[in-house]
Amino acid sequence: MGNNLETAAHPENLRRVAIDPVSRVEGHGKVTLLLDENDHVQQVRLHIVEFRGFEKFVQGRPYWEAPVMVQRLCGICPVSHHIAASKAMDMIVGATITPTAEKVRRLMHYGQILQSHALHFFHLCSPDLLFGFDSDVAKRNIVGIVAAYPDIAKQGVLLRKFGQEVIRVTAGKRIHGTGSIPGGVNKNVSIEERDYLLKDVEQIVTWSRESVGIARKLFEQNLDLYNNFGRFDAHTLNMVRADGALDLYHGGLRARDMSGKTLFDHYDYGHYWDVIFEDVKPWSYMKFPFLRSLGTENGWYRVGPLSRVTQCDFIPSPLAEAERKAFLAFDGGKAAGATLGFHWARMIEMLHAAEVIRDLLHDPDLQGTDLVSTGERQERGVGVIEAPRGTLIHHYKVDENDQIVRCNLIVSTTHNNQAMNEAIRQVARQYLDGKKLTEGLLNHIEVAIRAFDPCLSCATHALGKMPLEVELLDAEGGRVDRLTRSSSGVFE
Amino acid sequence: MSDTFQLDGATVPFEPGQTVMQAALAAGHYIPHLCYHPEFKPHGSCKLCTVKVNGRTTASCTMPAEANLNVESNIEEMNALRRTLVQMLFAEGNHFCPSCEKSGNCMLQALGYDLEVHATGFRHLYPDRPLDASHPDILLDFNRCILCELCVRASSEVDGKNVFALAGRGITKHLIVNAESGLLKDTNIALSDKAMQVCPVGVILPKRVGFSQPVGVRRYDQRPISAQALDDAPRQTDASGNCEACEGSS
Ligand code: SF4
Ligand code: FES
Repeated sequence: MGNNLETAAHPENLRRVAIDPVSRVEGHGKVTLLLDENDHVQQVRLHIVEFRGFEKFVQGRPYWEAPVMVQRLCGICPVSHHIAASKAMDMIVGATITPTAEKVRRLMHYGQILQSHALHFFHLCSPDLLFGFDSDVAKRNIVGIVAAYPDIAKQGVLLRKFGQEVIRVTAGKRIHGTGSIPGGVNKNVSIEERDYLLKDVEQIVTWSRESVGIARKLFEQNLDLYNNFGRFDAHTLNMVRADGALDLYHGGLRARDMSGKTLFDHYDYGHYWDVIFEDVKPWSYMKFPFLRSLGTENGWYRVGPLSRVTQCDFIPSPLAEAERKAFLAFDGGKAAGATLGFHWARMIEMLHAAEVIRDLLHDPDLQGTDLVSTGERQERGVGVIEAPRGTLIHHYKVDENDQIVRCNLIVSTTHNNQAMNEAIRQVARQYLDGKKLTEGLLNHIEVAIRAFDPCLSCATHALGKMPLEVELLDAEGGRVDRLTRSSSGVFE
Repeated sequence: MSDTFQLDGATVPFEPGQTVMQAALAAGHYIPHLCYHPEFKPHGSCKLCTVKVNGRTTASCTMPAEANLNVESNIEEMNALRRTLVQMLFAEGNHFCPSCEKSGNCMLQALGYDLEVHATGFRHLYPDRPLDASHPDILLDFNRCILCELCVRASSEVDGKNVFALAGRGITKHLIVNAESGLLKDTNIALSDKAMQVCPVGVILPKRVGFSQPVGVRRYDQRPISAQALDDAPRQTDASGNCEACEGSS
């Protein structure tokens, strides 16, 4: 059992304690900090139990049900699963989808990006970011933001609402829509629907641009904190278009190591398992993916907005591209490697999503009537998209009776699993004082976790604080301290 | 002059041989139902159509109409009973509306909405009912079967094939396929069969159709089932005995 202790310098000096994930407080995120014999934080474990069972649940179901059914996997970004599964099923039915189908799906997907990024920045993070990580908990929530920054709060609400409306128009419903189906879509966008969205889209682009400005200002005001908070170097994984552009709907995989060296590029995701492998660890139900060429220990990587914006060659929309350049140049490139740089990158993507939505709305293909195509039936289907939180992989095997016999999903938050642990470790090293867990430390751990926007129920409470449990174990595995905070902000 | 009975205070005329349900629908009065189908002999199994006749509860789809009956249907006592029945049906099978391709076209779901059933109320039984996907063009998802026997009746009476039957008793009662292997692929069912069209829920499905019908244009998206059931019911019959309203009904 002494192997696999991924960050320990001397694993033989650490005792592994199996922690029953069920013991975690209901709905709480649980973090275990393990000290070494010198009382330094040696290892961090963010315990996640969210994604169990689905791959089993879908077995035996007809393949055409998957794109709708998988939305139940995660109430947080159902549209991403809807689209990733549809792309996998395109392969199963042997389809090359029509321009109308692709554009309707793109519209749906960028609507999801817009609403998700707006929700995260304005509802979930702006209280921490605008009031400060250690400010009064009673004020540090969206209600406090509405009181102190009414314009920003309103902007956040309307940005999100617009994204949800894009989803409703393309998927049929705001949640559990059915728009995307194997081989295409079941509806186009009517002229009325288009005009309904068009009337607000310029405002949405403007607000998104201002949102990038807010993120930038946060860095300018707290340069040292923002550049260094939970900072660590990481390898990256993301999808890019054939010309290297940012593309959240389709492309090839690109991985770079932390020095910037390209490990693979434009890699056909239909064979992702040749470059990405998943490790299991006895203390977590969540899998730990790694880049095969770098091995289990060192192959972990970071996905999501920060990786995408920094690793693409350009963003194919002018306003977002200008912001990307500014982000990369800021403070000698420091912000682009910072954990809190996620927020800035996320806002750049939101701006890009707004621009893409606007351009798509002007595209007559949206009114096309050629919605579905099929071809030669295949046994295996892989669908990959860049979801709001990062690369999302859906992989299915379907038998001759049309039943799904195998399913493997790697969700964005799983890709970021070890990266989140690393961010928390840096924060704990920065802020853990002695052997006592403090409210300040817990607040800072929350900010580090939140930067990744993990799709964990604990991290997506729209109101109140992230319910969080932190425990500190010594090198012997004995509990030194424990601190919990409920979503109403009460510490125990 | 035909005889009449009273339904929730309205006077309903009937022809000899009609049931309370048939007479009510023909006169434009809706009584909730699941296993009743205007084209088939009443079966009386789901009990959704239960009404009070002269103070006693009975299934209106099998109750012969008689002069001067006092029928109470749309009263809270009956609707509460119907809600309970719907809840029990939901708990007995595996009905996951959000991922069911019959959503929006399903009578059980539509009745649930119409009767304002918002929670199941009973412990789900979560029965283990594997699919039969053996047929190249037709899928059977037994998880949703409510044992109304419409497919059984359609297959034998209209298609002349006897593809389906019910087996077992009580809570173990279930739909089976009449083939030695028990598999649909070993029957002579065809996509054009009447049995393909009558299932009120999402058991008997043509393959690869899935969610190709968008939200908004599905049968019950626009109008509740209480309004649409009347569309299907035979109203006035013409001299030849043909019923206009029946045409195109399914
Ligand atoms: S399969 Fe459908 S029609 Fe046949 S008994 Fe079951 S619910 Fe009724
Ligand atoms: S409709 Fe009368 S018992 Fe089912």
